[in-house]
Amino acid sequence: MMAARALVHGPQQPAELLFRDVHVLDPREPIDARHDVRIRGGEIAELAPPETLERLEAEELVEGQGRLRLLPAFFDPHVHLRTPGQEHKEDLETGTRAAAAGGYGAVLAMPNTDPVLDSAPLLRSLRDAAAREARVSVGFLAAITRGLAGEQLTEMAELAQEGALGFTDDGRPVESAGMLLKALQYQRLCGGVLALHEEDPTLSRGGSMHEGALSAALGIRGIPTVAESTMVARDAALAGYESGRVHFQHLSCTASVEAVADAKARGWRVSAEVTPHHLLLTEQDVRGLDTRMKMHPPLARETDRQALIAGLRDGTIDCVATDHAPHARDEKEVPFERAPMGTTGLETAFAALHTGLVLGGVLELGLLVERMTAGAGLFELPIARITPGVGANLALVDLDAEWVAGEHGWESRSENCCFAGRRLTGRVLMTVAAGGIAYRERACSVVAA
Amino acid sequence: MNHLLSIAELDRSGIERIVTQAARFAEVSDREIKKVPALRGRMVLNLFYEASTRTRSSFELAAKRLSADVVNFAASGSSVEKGESLKDTVLTLSAHKPDAIVLRTPWAGAAELVGRWCSAAIVNAGDGQHEHPTQALLDVYTLRERLGGLDGASIWIVGDVAHSRVARSNIIAFQLMGAKVTLAGPPTLIPRGIEELGCEVRYTLDELDGADVVYALRMQRERMSEMWVPSLREYASWYQINGRRLSPRQLLMHPGPVNRGVELSGDVVDSPQALITAQVEAGVVVRMAVLYELLAGTREPGSTPGRSKITGTAALSGGRLA
Repeated sequence: MMAARALVHGPQQPAELLFRDVHVLDPREPIDARHDVRIRGGEIAELAPPETLERLEAEELVEGQGRLRLLPAFFDPHVHLRTPGQEHKEDLETGTRAAAAGGYGAVLAMPNTDPVLDSAPLLRSLRDAAAREARVSVGFLAAITRGLAGEQLTEMAELAQEGALGFTDDGRPVESAGMLLKALQYQRLCGGVLALHEEDPTLSRGGSMHEGALSAALGIRGIPTVAESTMVARDAALAGYESGRVHFQHLSCTASVEAVADAKARGWRVSAEVTPHHLLLTEQDVRGLDTRMKMHPPLARETDRQALIAGLRDGTIDCVATDHAPHARDEKEVPFERAPMGTTGLETAFAALHTGLVLGGVLELGLLVERMTAGAGLFELPIARITPGVGANLALVDLDAEWVAGEHGWESRSENCCFAGRRLTGRVLMTVAAGGIAYRERACSVVAA
Repeated sequence: MNHLLSIAELDRSGIERIVTQAARFAEVSDREIKKVPALRGRMVLNLFYEASTRTRSSFELAAKRLSADVVNFAASGSSVEKGESLKDTVLTLSAHKPDAIVLRTPWAGAAELVGRWCSAAIVNAGDGQHEHPTQALLDVYTLRERLGGLDGASIWIVGDVAHSRVARSNIIAFQLMGAKVTLAGPPTLIPRGIEELGCEVRYTLDELDGADVVYALRMQRERMSEMWVPSLREYASWYQINGRRLSPRQLLMHPGPVNRGVELSGDVVDSPQALITAQVEAGVVVRMAVLYELLAGTREPGSTPGRSKITGTAALSGGRLA
């Protein structure tokens, strides 16, 4: 089926830029060396040895001094932009501003809005709004079931034609195996990845944190890891049976990584993502009952965290996704058990992972960049590259810059970031998305034309 | 520490100091005029988001015996039912400048949260299924009065540990005081990982005769709806503390209210081994000691109340509990 499967972005001026002597890192070319990079009319025009290109008139000059890194812009397959209906938390403009500040060139928005994105007219109006407001490219996933109620399929073919890049009931599982099987069958007609939030509600109901010694001590109902892993295994088997294509969202535990590895070994068409918070935090961070540490799935044990890192390294987990989930301050300023699930993540993802995993000696920078860009390919979209002739989607970062997350506020409308207050190393200085400058850090020295 | 939020924040000497103070106040309860002027002019606000008769009235009595003014604020029939948030309620009530807020909520960690929003001393009177520190203190007090001390005592906590804030506070407090704690109950009601608090876990009462103290927990009827146990009848046949299971040398405790015929048989409730009434009595004097420590520093009861040095943070830090 032919579908208008393009990302959309707001109006922007095509960038005219010269990055002089930046350290270009694109793991797919592969390039890992100092270059001058010219951007003309929003496209990558030229790569040349450092200090060899002259600035043209009407070009902005960015001096990399051989130190600043130029990376392909990141891709986030899992964000909540809260539009329509929850604009007090986030909207298309603030959410994509946060994305740009984090070095993201494109994001996929989840459909658990109010109303739920489950009809073609609503999708059309959202894409129109994004074409006016979005700072970076935005794609939309539509709901698998109407109203996320798990009872009736959405008009998936029509939604795909209108530009849905896939389908998800994110925030909730597709509880009924029979319903998911029908969606997998329908996928043959309409294409699109089925992105699955895996949780068996009969195991997780009423839970607010990982089930273990800490939940026992705190007297808070726990969510056992099997609530996720049994559903991953079930749905992988369903995808295998129907030769369907599924993507597992925000894996959180060892058993889920094992279930994905097993499915991949069988040749089933599955992929998986992991969030920065599950890669960097554990249930121990929940001890103080800071509601910013309350998310779905919950932060689990250190052994789970290590399994997720290993899975990301060896490719069992394909990509990083933030599950950026903004909530208003008064919604999170409540007792832990009453608080909504979720943390924001777009503005801190790269810096937090660079600090925790790259500087921690656990993951090479090139592999991190690969995993932070790979999500596009999973949704059959082009992956950002640094090579002449393609549209510019770039993130300029200073790997040495230290900053405290949130100290100067946030681009997001919400501030519920689990990394707030932490000292991070590595800062995005500039983001070019779909050929336009989407973000420029205040301290980023640019010689204007 | 300016608050009593959790037993886990206390050490053994902190617990001992409070129960020793409580013992001094016990003498007051035997006077003809059961009142000392220690907290005259101070205001204690009881803020209860859950139905509670005994804890609330015990705190009220304790505050009044110390001559404090008491305001009771129950969440039902109030602005809370009109949708006001916990924070807004606390900020509004703080405008009355309470010296202490006694807080009961169905949410773990709520007492700590409220402590960040206002300057009053917070006493956690139960936060969800997390903790109920004054219950643990009064239980330690009761046992100390009876046994002299808890060192080496074997205490079995029996029943619905999963949903019990009393169990969580008591596991910590009893162990701090030198007792050995065993939890017993159906596997569905013993939370995974609870043994990491240092206690042992049993799923039957076969070895109950090794206990010096049997602490039975309330089995709430609403647990049936979620199928935590197949039936109260079966629960009672396996876990009820009755005359057949309780030996005469063992002491019996229960935080109340008792479901006769479920977790306890009627005969043991009425037996001389049962400390249940003593626990209720202890509640008042222990809560007097807690309020006194928080609001009046370490001065002797009956000394001149409510002047000079007991205002402001300096006095509050002088009233440290740990």
